[in-house]
Amino acid sequence: MSEKASFRSNGGVRGWLGRQPVWVRWLVILVAAVAAYMLPYIGDVPVIGPQIVTEGIDWPSALFNMSYYVLLALGLNVVVGYAGLLDLGYVGFFAVGAYGTALLTSPDSILYEDTGWKWLMAVPAALILTMIAGVILGWPTLRLRGDYLAIVTLGFAEIIRIVATSTDVLRGDRGFASIPHPPGSWGGEPIFGVTDAIPYFWLGLTVIILVILGVRNLDRSRVGRSWLAIREDEEAAEVMGVRTFKYKLWAFAIGAFIGGLGGVLFAGEQSFINSQTFVLQFSILVLAGVVMGGSGNMAGAILGGVLISYIPDRLRGLSVGDTDLYEYRFALFGAVIIIIMVLRPQGLIPSRRRAMELKDREKEVAPQ
Amino acid sequence: MSEPHKETPEELDRENARPVADPAPTGGPQAEPTPSPVRDEGVLLEVDHVTLRFGGVVALNDVSFSLRKGEIFGLIGPNGAGKTTCFNAMTGVYRPTEGQIRFQGESIVGKKKHQITRGGIARTFQNVRLFPEMTALENVMVGADAHHKTSVISALFRLPRFWREEKSGRARSLELLRFVGIAHRAGDVSRNLSYGEQRRLEIARALATNPTLLCLDEPAAGFNPAEKEDLLQLIRKIRDTGVTVLLIEHDMRLVMGVTDRIVVLEFGKKIAEGTPAEVRDNPSVIAAYLGVPTDAA
Repeated sequence: MSEKASFRSNGGVRGWLGRQPVWVRWLVILVAAVAAYMLPYIGDVPVIGPQIVTEGIDWPSALFNMSYYVLLALGLNVVVGYAGLLDLGYVGFFAVGAYGTALLTSPDSILYEDTGWKWLMAVPAALILTMIAGVILGWPTLRLRGDYLAIVTLGFAEIIRIVATSTDVLRGDRGFASIPHPPGSWGGEPIFGVTDAIPYFWLGLTVIILVILGVRNLDRSRVGRSWLAIREDEEAAEVMGVRTFKYKLWAFAIGAFIGGLGGVLFAGEQSFINSQTFVLQFSILVLAGVVMGGSGNMAGAILGGVLISYIPDRLRGLSVGDTDLYEYRFALFGAVIIIIMVLRPQGLIPSRRRAMELKDREKEVAPQ
Repeated sequence: MSEPHKETPEELDRENARPVADPAPTGGPQAEPTPSPVRDEGVLLEVDHVTLRFGGVVALNDVSFSLRKGEIFGLIGPNGAGKTTCFNAMTGVYRPTEGQIRFQGESIVGKKKHQITRGGIARTFQNVRLFPEMTALENVMVGADAHHKTSVISALFRLPRFWREEKSGRARSLELLRFVGIAHRAGDVSRNLSYGEQRRLEIARALATNPTLLCLDEPAAGFNPAEKEDLLQLIRKIRDTGVTVLLIEHDMRLVMGVTDRIVVLEFGKKIAEGTPAEVRDNPSVIAAYLGVPTDAA
């Protein structure tokens, strides 16, 4: 009942925003974007600021962590939320993006003699590689449905991790060091250095905004409708002429691309990756974020991505008595997820199909 | 468009005159509904000695019949007679074990469901199967998208084709919602529509794929007499736009009132074919429906 009510209600922020003229909507979005770019300085805001910033980890770094988690959540939301394909191995694409970058740029790579590219040059190649990985995984497996697909994707992520651990080329635990940072300099100093994480956060945020715009365009088109139709009733969709396989494969490839973006950014910031980075936990965590935030809704996915990254980082360095809360981060985190799921099973910001704006709807009313 | 094939609609002797396949099938999917009924006598769909077995169960046994362009064709029979199985074979859900199904002279056996839809056969489901979280308009637009060519790239960058197809698809979908009489629900999520509205929405969604043949699987199930009467009018209206209608129905009165020709199935076999009047008087049909021996009828 409550789900139905929330579905129809015009209340809340979105209901209000939907009723405003176009310029107000754009203004609100613009203000929100500017505010997001100012987040690294939130600690300077009196009273609230110090409560928000993380203590055990430098705040801009925590923000950067959030940015790639949000990217992953946005990508996974396309696969799970829109197309309804349960993917438990999403970290695999993150890993492919990061390893693609490392192989093309790091001095530890066997390709270094031939490539030794700058970070920016490696980005398109790494992203194409992740999309190919998405198609390779999707082509044989997208005939499966539901739980079976979930198990296969779980296997995929493990294969990537085990290959990374045990092949010489991918260097296992030793990993790849000295992956170059993104380019650019300001007043003689490189923008993307080692000490200051703020530029990385800004870069991540910019990528997120572009991804949001792209996914929104896809969502409000034939592509988005096909995904939703597949999610709602795959057979009916096919009978209505939707090429289900093609659109599922696209969902996988686009999801992989966005996950790869996260990996590329991650490699560029960390400068070092090894096989320990891409554990299965990671996939589960991102999926938990998407479901918790509200599967099928970008705002929900973003919020979920922020939370899964922020909660553990905020707990770092906190202690109650002698116990370090960070040690209990997963327990606390699990408790938070359970509470949210009990109170709001549809997610914090549930998906609500926007009512189509019908300007001349009054005119359409007259039947026949 | 279609060549003048001026046969009188009242042409009788349909009992055993199996129409010969039109050598040059005319008229692809009707682009725009035409106001007057197209009473072309050419064969649109031909079910040719189709047998369908599931393991040891023979669901369809050597069934043959054909649909002519522009008619309303009824497929009836008692429960479990194989109506829906036959229907599913025609729309690509099942593949016949033996026999052929030809649509506009071309075999559709082994084609994918979405290919058959784009080829011009649309259907509704016995149990309504809409996309419940999508609005009524979006549901119809999924159908309209069947003939669209907007790619992922043009949707991503909002290229001209996206705008063009989105605009025309929306206009056409709204027009179809008006046609079936639920335009005022266009912006509502389809699961919030009433049962009758959902049935109508399903028909609108099927029509959006621009079909030459519309297959309705028990569209009147769960309707009261007044709603059934409205539905009959809608079916006639659809036929009048030039779309051939195949109707699977349980309710004999409804079928008798609207169809031009009827095939009766029982236990997977065709037991009668003809005009409603002919079928009504057919002893084996009476036996099948009333369960009395043929000679007692």
